Amino acid sequence: MSNVTRRNLLAASVALTVGFSVSAAMAEDTIKVGALATLQGAFTVLGEDGMRGVKLALQQHNNMAGGKKIELVTGSSDASPDSAVNAARKLVEQDKVQILVGPLSGDEGLAVKNYAKTQPQVTFINGTSAAQDTTLRDPAPNFFRFTTDGAQWQAGLGEYAFATKGYKKVVTIAEDYSFPYTQVFGFMQGFCKSGGHVVNKFWVPIGNKDFSSIVASIPDDIDAIYVALGGADAVNFLNQYEQAGGDKPMVGGSITVDQTVLGSKGKQQDYIIGTPSAGPIADNWDNAAWTKFVADYKAAFPDGFPSPSLFAQGYYVSTLAMLTALDQVKGDLSGDQKAYRDALQNLKLDTPTGPVTLDKNRNGIAYNFLTEVAKGDDGHLYNKVVKVVENVNQTLGMPEAEFMAIGPVGRDNPSCP
Amino acid sequence: MSWTATGAAPKPATPAWMKTIRPQHVLVLLFLIAYPLVASPFWTVQIGAQSLFLGVIALSLMFLAGYGGMVSLSQMTVAGVAGYMVAVFGTNSTHPLFGWPLWAAVPIAIVIATAFATLIGIISVRTAGIYTIMITLAIGVAAFYFAQQNYEIFNGHSGFAGLPGPVGFGMDWRAPMPFYYMSLAVAALSYLAVVYLARSTFGLTLQAIRDNARRMNALGFNVNLHRVVAHAVAGLIAAIGGLLYVWMNGRVSPGTIDIGPVIDILVIAVIGGLRHPIGPFIGAVLFVLMKNFAIDLISPERFNTLIGLIFLAIVLVSPDGLLGLWRLASDRLKAAGLNGSTGRQWGNNSWRNNNGK
Repeated sequence: MSNVTRRNLLAASVALTVGFSVSAAMAEDTIKVGALATLQGAFTVLGEDGMRGVKLALQQHNNMAGGKKIELVTGSSDASPDSAVNAARKLVEQDKVQILVGPLSGDEGLAVKNYAKTQPQVTFINGTSAAQDTTLRDPAPNFFRFTTDGAQWQAGLGEYAFATKGYKKVVTIAEDYSFPYTQVFGFMQGFCKSGGHVVNKFWVPIGNKDFSSIVASIPDDIDAIYVALGGADAVNFLNQYEQAGGDKPMVGGSITVDQTVLGSKGKQQDYIIGTPSAGPIADNWDNAAWTKFVADYKAAFPDGFPSPSLFAQGYYVSTLAMLTALDQVKGDLSGDQKAYRDALQNLKLDTPTGPVTLDKNRNGIAYNFLTEVAKGDDGHLYNKVVKVVENVNQTLGMPEAEFMAIGPVGRDNPSCP
Repeated sequence: MSWTATGAAPKPATPAWMKTIRPQHVLVLLFLIAYPLVASPFWTVQIGAQSLFLGVIALSLMFLAGYGGMVSLSQMTVAGVAGYMVAVFGTNSTHPLFGWPLWAAVPIAIVIATAFATLIGIISVRTAGIYTIMITLAIGVAAFYFAQQNYEIFNGHSGFAGLPGPVGFGMDWRAPMPFYYMSLAVAALSYLAVVYLARSTFGLTLQAIRDNARRMNALGFNVNLHRVVAHAVAGLIAAIGGLLYVWMNGRVSPGTIDIGPVIDILVIAVIGGLRHPIGPFIGAVLFVLMKNFAIDLISPERFNTLIGLIFLAIVLVSPDGLLGLWRLASDRLKAAGLNGSTGRQWGNNSWRNNNGK
């Protein structure tokens, strides 16, 4: 009996030892890259589209950069910071990736940025996570974000709602976590500065089903409601708002007026026509690079979305930046990747959504798209591009000191009742 | 390993404790101690230490379910309460409140979590079987939503980040090797405590209550009190495991006590086996290995299916989890070797039939 036990133990320990010595071998002519996205949990569909962006960029580069072969290792999180750090740790410490692209969602980005500080030998390139403080406050020197944050995604919207739409008083309804805080912040920067007032802010948990108490407390003397809810939450809210007789026009966050809302049936269709929103992509932007990107995406992934989401675009841009900089340094990651990081920092990247550069905190300066819901010739609703706001930086055009004085985003900051 | 000699059946204990140590015990211990010397930091912390403290939290469930016949789904919640309390009373970078040093925050956190577990016990001992599962699940889900929506204390969806690890004796205890040994010490102590308790008068009474609560009541034992105390003991173990959990990541948020992690603890305990305190640790090792490496075995879109299928296969083949498989295999080998003995004692089987009455 005890012989059996001992034999088994021996086998187990041999297996374990083999397990953790394999990782040492790494060929000189390949570069290991990790991609981290939410391939489980509530954001699975979005994470999968993010991975399509990574694959498309690699495909177009023939899996080569700087004369070296790119070996891709995939990691998965469930949108919680714990799982993102666990997955990043596995990619970095076990799979020994030299560059990591990801993560997808806001709180994950904050956690991975803190983890990046403990792994100075690896370069981290953000996926699409859009919390402001990932790069603005206490940044990590080896964490780069070629996408923009949730406030930048709202650039131009506040001014447009005030000046062109003529909304003077609004209330906001948004989900209760860091990304919508940042979106509301971005909207209010332009809106409050133009002279508008945000009378009240309602925060709801993710996945909220019952909006009746909020619908009931929306005051009558406002001009519009600003809604930063995602997917099913937006549809649920709009249904209940309409049933309760709500008729104030809507202003949308970056993920509010997506295909779920545009494709919904019924009276809602008429209600949402004319709804302005803003974000880092616009499905119908009439631009050669963007149309080519959409066509390539559709050709490569027939089972993907009808048009790439901002997650596919964000991961695509990040992977493209990663590859372009590798080409520039000819795949040389020696010297603690110093030359490579300099190349990233100084990159002038042409993307399907316009040129992208980095600021001193390694955060993206990029185009933002102001859109409005319109009815197409075939009767379908779509987001028509109203204006392209060029070179939006993280301080939204304000001097840095003034911007930092506003303080970190939160439920109560900023405020202009 | 050590399950050879133990089991729920009463034995003449103390004078013979030396005799219960077998060569394989020493081997396992030596392996566990030598492990971080050969393993990389990733294998030391994310596989090794994480298996140990998840095993500790699952051990608290094994104690309640295996010896007390009470399946509580709120053990991860208790662990989370300890983690939250150490963030609330101690220092953190996102939502500073009390800012006490760790030596003050840790005992408070453990006491509050244990008190919380006792409260869960008081509420749930009046139920049995599926109703205990339901009520403890309800408490877990309620705690999750409360933490997610309370901003004054729990800081809502973001929770707390930047929790410092323990520092002392000239060491940063969050560095891979010290953290591993700290987890190993906690795991070993909890394991020995549960083994000891199982053979103590209290443990034997608890098992008798599990097997026939009505008879124990008639004999004059306070059934509910014993069950509440079992919840408190399990709460203490889970709380300590919870501290290690949040120290590893340096953060705690509602995601830590979401329904997923709550079920994970049940999965770990069940695939390991609920019959012996070593079960949860074996389950935790398999669980952590699968969580980390299943994605390399199969396409990234499908790896959770693979994990589910493996766990399903284990439970289908052996209702006692990996422990049961082990026994099955060793019995077969013994039979093949024409050894006359009929396998080991695993305690009596009747609790399964009585459970849920």
